[in-house]
Amino acid sequence: MAEKSLMKGNEALAEAALRAGCKCFFGYPITPQTEIAAYLSKRMPKVGGVFLQAESEVAAINMVYGCAGSGIRCMTSSSSPGISLKSEGISYIAGADLPCVIIDVMRGGPGLGGIQPSQADYYQITKGVGHGDYHIIVLAPSTVQEMADCVTRAFDLADKYRMPAVVLADGLLGQMMEPVAFDDAEIVMSDASGKPWAANGHKNSRKHNIINSLYLQAPELEDKIRARYERYKQVEENETRAVADYCEDADIVVVAYGSTARLAKSAVDEARKQGIKAGVFRPVTLYPFPVKELNDAVKNAKKVLTVEMSMGQMIDDVKLAINCSRPVEFFGRTGGVIPAPSEILAKIKEMGGNE
Amino acid sequence: MTNEFLLAGFGGQGILFAGKLIAYAGLYAGKEVSWLPSYGPEMRGGTCNCSVTLSDLPIGSPLILNPTELMVMNTPSFDKFIGSVKAGGMAFIDSTLVEGTSDRTDIKCFYIPATGMANENGLKGMANIILAGKMLKEIGLTDEAVIEKALKKCIPPKKADKLEANMKALRLGMDFNG
Amino acid sequence: MPEFKRPHALTDAYLHYCPGCTHGIVHRLVAEVIDEMGIEGDTVGVCPVGCSVMAYDYFNCDMMEASHGRAPAVATGVKRANPDKFVFTYQGDGDLAAIGTAETVHAATRGENITVIFINNTTYGMTGGQMAPTTLPGQITQTTPYGRNTDIEGFPVKMCEMLSQLDGVALAQRVTVIDPANIRKAKAAIRKGFEYQKNKQGFSIIEVLSTCPTNWGLTPVQAIERLKNDMIPYYPLGVYKDGAVRNKEAAAQ
Repeated sequence: MAEKSLMKGNEALAEAALRAGCKCFFGYPITPQTEIAAYLSKRMPKVGGVFLQAESEVAAINMVYGCAGSGIRCMTSSSSPGISLKSEGISYIAGADLPCVIIDVMRGGPGLGGIQPSQADYYQITKGVGHGDYHIIVLAPSTVQEMADCVTRAFDLADKYRMPAVVLADGLLGQMMEPVAFDDAEIVMSDASGKPWAANGHKNSRKHNIINSLYLQAPELEDKIRARYERYKQVEENETRAVADYCEDADIVVVAYGSTARLAKSAVDEARKQGIKAGVFRPVTLYPFPVKELNDAVKNAKKVLTVEMSMGQMIDDVKLAINCSRPVEFFGRTGGVIPAPSEILAKIKEMGGNE
Repeated sequence: MTNEFLLAGFGGQGILFAGKLIAYAGLYAGKEVSWLPSYGPEMRGGTCNCSVTLSDLPIGSPLILNPTELMVMNTPSFDKFIGSVKAGGMAFIDSTLVEGTSDRTDIKCFYIPATGMANENGLKGMANIILAGKMLKEIGLTDEAVIEKALKKCIPPKKADKLEANMKALRLGMDFNG
Repeated sequence: MPEFKRPHALTDAYLHYCPGCTHGIVHRLVAEVIDEMGIEGDTVGVCPVGCSVMAYDYFNCDMMEASHGRAPAVATGVKRANPDKFVFTYQGDGDLAAIGTAETVHAATRGENITVIFINNTTYGMTGGQMAPTTLPGQITQTTPYGRNTDIEGFPVKMCEMLSQLDGVALAQRVTVIDPANIRKAKAAIRKGFEYQKNKQGFSIIEVLSTCPTNWGLTPVQAIERLKNDMIPYYPLGVYKDGAVRNKEAAAQ
């Protein structure tokens, strides 16, 4: 393992993508994720990869469709408004069973919104983004090192299940620097090996492959979707990840993801110092949502508090996951305002955490 | 032990660079570190600030609202942030650029004519480094080898000839009494 | 005398196109070029949304189905990852010149080494004959029931003329397939597009003026007459740009 250096979350993620063999990156500038494109524009030509700045987010995601369809690991990145533009392409990629990685470094919305950190696109991302019956894998890092680790895992999961995987970050994680380390392994660009479905020229040695999401016969489309949902079941059974801190004896379990989980952790650390039995539960996978892990974490809790940089979106999944077995309250800031640990602590106390 | 720095000034004064230098010094001294810039259009010449945390424990919030160490390089930042410093904390003020003084008695204020010192010593544009040197000194992070390594890491290879001047600026800051 | 048979690059599937539609001829020309160049195993085709949406069932090479208008972006993705493969798109006028204009123009100006086959029949065929970007002034369609009024609906888009202004374009040629002489010219143009691609010489677009008897409400023969009398005057046939953008020495050989 090489010496640690300080990197911005966006840059660490970009470097990790290269190291995962991501051969092609198709992007479009938008704050606060532009460092990903800038970094890869520098690095890609040095390692035999492709960096292409597309004419729009719409074009970028469709370039990903074409590249992924030919069996090559590829990625695009954007921030909230740009992800809305990509929604069409994401749906087609899911419908054609193609693996790819999409980065969303969230900012405040709706509309042009703002450029400060936000988690207001939880619904959009975890519910698939575009039209149709489908899921995409969503990983939510909370440190710069995890920005790197999540992108590696995203590529692996995308290939394993032939579906898009998203790394969902926010402006705070994208812009901050923390120590990160990469091993010294040589960078090897991916090829289409192990992907017999790829449309990359049949070399007169097999029947032609077709990458497609169109099925005009309703029963055929239903069968395709049902088969896909069988795979989703595997994803839900095998791929959930979460981190629970101090939940064993906690009266109040705070649930938060991404950078908000760090803020919640600071609040919970302070609460413990003050003798309040609080814990923090951080889903690392948002789809699949860590239902079993959350139920384990709250088994001794009286109440649950969800903290988000939004008006409350993940809270729905939290309530569903625990089947409303306990009161679930909410604290959030939105529009790019970052909740202060002291505010979260005050909410914990208000919920009776100081009894 | 946790130090929470807030560095503020105008874009172009090297606020982010000074923050990065402190972060690397912390990293090489074996601390957990985080660095968070303000970002957006204000980077291009407007006000600019960054939060740096050095800690013995994993860092929760990288955003610092109440610093234990404040560094300011213009009057608007001084006015805006001086009240936010935690009691018992320290403020490092470029007194060449900042008008006025603080009447807070619960924090320690250092008035350092960093910009003037830089100009007098042929170190134009390195007031940020002088201030960073003073801050490192006051938090007790004074290992020369660590600081030099941090500086080397922060200065891009094509500006390697500036290393010596930067080291000089750092020492000026560390040796400043007042 | 060469034997007249189905090109290998076409599958055995029955084409679903209407009687008198020229899609079948253009499919055949593309397939013949692929056969003659011996590149079927190294070719990836990208289909549009429109009447030729299911062209992936008709071509024997690997195929991808793009969303509406995005075929040039999809083709770019394939080509950048696989620069030695042949990549073509097959698109209609709504797909290429309305919803996908941005993708078309930018693939062209990048000089993307792909070949675009553009079917211009002045109507949205698959959805039942609405106004297309190429619908002629005065032309009656489902959504211009009083005829295209240029004061309200604006003017038709002349893609070859427009794209010929871009430095990335190696070939922009407008052809038609209404008689054997024109069919031969069309095939030569398609072949040239693939040759430019082979030598990595830039973007090529071959616009094929085509008929849509069903939505025009004409017999196939009347449709050909309309194409000759109304379309060609507005969309003159010919070469709008021809010349390698890069690797010029390969062109000379």
